[in-house]
Amino acid sequence: MEIFKHTNFDFLGKKWPFIIVSLLLTAAGLTSLALKGGPRYGIDFTGGALMDVNFIKRPPAEAIRSALHKKLSGELEVQEISNSQEALISSGAANEQALQIARNDMIAALNASFNPDSGGKLDINNAGQAALSDALRQPLANASVALSDDQLQALAKSITRYRDAHSGLIRNLDELAGVPGVTPQVLNVIKQVCYPGSFNIRSFEFVGPKIGADLRQQAINVVLIALGAMLIYIAFRFEWIYGVAAVIAVFHDTIITIGLFSIFHKQIDLTVIAALLTLVGYSMNDTIVTFDRIRENLKLQIRGSFPHIVNLSINQTLSRTVLTSGLTFLTALSLFLFGGQVLNGFSFALVIGIIIGTYSSIFIASPILVFWQDVADRRKRGARPPAVPSRPQNVAKPVKSVKPVRTAK
Amino acid sequence: MKRHLRLKFFFIVAVILICIYGIIGLPKSKAELVENWNNNIRLGLDLRGGTYLVVQVQQQDAFNAQAGGDAERLKDAMRKANVQFSDVSAEDAKTMEEATNVAISIKGVPATQAGTLRGILSEQFAQWLPTAVNATDYRLTMRPSEALKMWQSVLTQTKNTLDRKVNALGLAEATVQQRRADRDSELLVQLPGVDDTARVKQILQTAAVLEQYEVKSGPFPSRDAALAQTGGILPPGTKLIGQSQANSSGGEGGVYVVARTPILRGTDIRNARPEQGQMGGSWETAFVLSQDAAKKFSAFTGSHIGDRIAIVLDGKVLLAPSIKGQISDNGVIEGMGSQQAASDLALNLNSGSLPAGVKYEQENTVGPSLGADSIKEGFLAGIAGVLAVIVAMLVYYKRSGINATLALILNAIILIACLSYFGAVLTLPGIAGIILTIGMAVDSNVLIFERIREELRAGKAIIPAVDIGFNKAFLTIVDTHITTIVSCAILFLFGSGPVKGFAVTLVIGLMANVFTAVFVSKVIFDWELSRPKPVTALSI
Repeated sequence: MEIFKHTNFDFLGKKWPFIIVSLLLTAAGLTSLALKGGPRYGIDFTGGALMDVNFIKRPPAEAIRSALHKKLSGELEVQEISNSQEALISSGAANEQALQIARNDMIAALNASFNPDSGGKLDINNAGQAALSDALRQPLANASVALSDDQLQALAKSITRYRDAHSGLIRNLDELAGVPGVTPQVLNVIKQVCYPGSFNIRSFEFVGPKIGADLRQQAINVVLIALGAMLIYIAFRFEWIYGVAAVIAVFHDTIITIGLFSIFHKQIDLTVIAALLTLVGYSMNDTIVTFDRIRENLKLQIRGSFPHIVNLSINQTLSRTVLTSGLTFLTALSLFLFGGQVLNGFSFALVIGIIIGTYSSIFIASPILVFWQDVADRRKRGARPPAVPSRPQNVAKPVKSVKPVRTAK
Repeated sequence: MKRHLRLKFFFIVAVILICIYGIIGLPKSKAELVENWNNNIRLGLDLRGGTYLVVQVQQQDAFNAQAGGDAERLKDAMRKANVQFSDVSAEDAKTMEEATNVAISIKGVPATQAGTLRGILSEQFAQWLPTAVNATDYRLTMRPSEALKMWQSVLTQTKNTLDRKVNALGLAEATVQQRRADRDSELLVQLPGVDDTARVKQILQTAAVLEQYEVKSGPFPSRDAALAQTGGILPPGTKLIGQSQANSSGGEGGVYVVARTPILRGTDIRNARPEQGQMGGSWETAFVLSQDAAKKFSAFTGSHIGDRIAIVLDGKVLLAPSIKGQISDNGVIEGMGSQQAASDLALNLNSGSLPAGVKYEQENTVGPSLGADSIKEGFLAGIAGVLAVIVAMLVYYKRSGINATLALILNAIILIACLSYFGAVLTLPGIAGIILTIGMAVDSNVLIFERIREELRAGKAIIPAVDIGFNKAFLTIVDTHITTIVSCAILFLFGSGPVKGFAVTLVIGLMANVFTAVFVSKVIFDWELSRPKPVTALSI
């Protein structure tokens, strides 16, 4: 099967509509960024606390928020995760003292509102193994269920295991009847001591303001260093203008991706930065394949102007470009669809970044090369053929080139 | 040619075997296979559940304590040498940044005794650098080299104490390490598999400084009431200590007036353990004193029967029992509430006290249920992604697609084996890296196959077309891989935790890719083309 056989699209001739689209996207992204006062950073960069709570049946976001406000002050955000009963609760880093106890405060507030009548029992959906075995020890002995300490630990372990394999939630204590070691007698004791709470804390994260500022600075440095390193590498392998063109294209990708994150109101956290860097590498990769072809064709002395050769090279590599991007896109898409909530931002960045990265090597990087050549030619009054970038050891000498004639002023 | 091919073939088989051995060892049963897999593929905190903490050691606590203690010692030394002074006091550092600027100020020393003072300072307080403020006042600052030494030792002591605490908790794989090598005061605590983070955090943060003081009077309902009782000023050699909220039976914690210097310090404790009180009632923590401390303690209790002692933990009075008889080497802290509270306190006392307070700078806890779901989701995404790529390759390149698929699978096996051999930790972003590698790795195959097609189209015979295709694509492949590896290397150098895992898997995957896509794939082609029956058409 072949999709692109002997294609001869005039990419460079039709570059303007695409460049305009790029500019529009960039402008839209920047406008959104300006309106929202910069990117929406995750708590790794701003400092703050984030709790992922899985409910048996999620209460409305408003109810969760008002429950929390009874204990916590300051900014609070409740985000519902679609296709699940989970909610993400985040609080800003208003003051450090509050952050230190944010975890306990959040849990206490949730318990007060959503587990109102615990009756002093242990919440089995948030109990650790040690707490569970401690709570069961005496009551089991009272009910004359003789268990050694090892057996008790094993019992607690199999109960927590069962719970964790079911997304951390036991809806009804009778579910435990099938767990190894839980005899009807034991189950009775469990019912006396425990109750199934209405939620499970899936994860908790908090970042102090100092570390947040550290990480933010680090992320900016990393992206800039990566771009710089790429520029140097390509300038070394090709010519400096190739490096500049590739870096501008990649920068364009990064800006548009960040802009789209702002438009879709998504958070930028550490994993998104990792995705952005991967995209920098990926888009570079794509650009290099095209540039490699341009270099090769220049060496082969194919007839025609520089724009013609660039266009030819893009067409020759088109099949590969589309196929590779398509396949990488498929893997990124499967991450986005199935990879779960933790990787959501990461895979979102990849999905859009791969499309933009592919397109930018054709419609941004290559036109920059042509544009530069144009400028250079015009400066030299069109006397010199396109420069032949190549590695030093086999410089192909332009055979029939006219020596540049410098007309005296 | 044929022999070369056979050699290459055996080489590839050897690589495959080494990789499979690295991943699952030599299992004799299915259970053993699963066990070996679990041992070889180490999961990160985000997949197996656990807690990652960044702890900031409050250096100023230790520096202030040092300055305060030295100020007292200096007073004693000056009195002994009959040096007059109006005041000797420590200037506390408020923040960690100022910790090394702690100072002791000496006021009102007659000029005639300056020489004696200097003698005392240089003999007994060499770590302090004296400067004269005026004719009678001096200011001591810590020598920079001494401050640096102390800073390091506070950090190391804290690290060791936290280490003992996590070990005592039975968290076998937990680690405590310095976060960065430079002058810094942060420790990184990783607690895989911990399922009760709040409790562990509480234990780690407990300084566990246990002191016992002679009670002079009290308890009073508040500080002001205590002061009023003694006429507004504290009697010399005493201080006020509040009662712990947790242990006071309701209401405001009382305030005690106690002797300034403790009878016992935390370091005097040899062993502590949780016990159930008589009549099977409430829990308590029992402790045994070291020999020296026991001597001091029994002398004190023998002569103070009927008086009360205050048991003070981390600057709060836990309880103040009266001395019923001479106590030699053991003691009990009663009323711990629960078994867990009693054993936590015992654990803290046994681990030794922290030289300075600790503050949490960052916490990242992943519950075991989220970790389990992340593995499931990562696995599903991986299967879906790989299947999509394989189907697309088979449809697009027909039989050559099989070649590419074999290379891809081998690529994945090598990648996982490398993770196992290097002892790298697999994180969720790491799984994403593996999946993405599959997508990117196929790029090399596509580049080569497209080249071969081009050569075939240009009318070349099959064998040269394949050779030229591989040769021409090779440089491009190297170029494209290097840029991605550069961006990953930067990510690895500056990134942290899970993100590092991502960079590692991507780099290993891409390196393995050069081997599979260029070398292995070529061998498969050569093998196919070298069969006795001449191949007339290449399925590509």
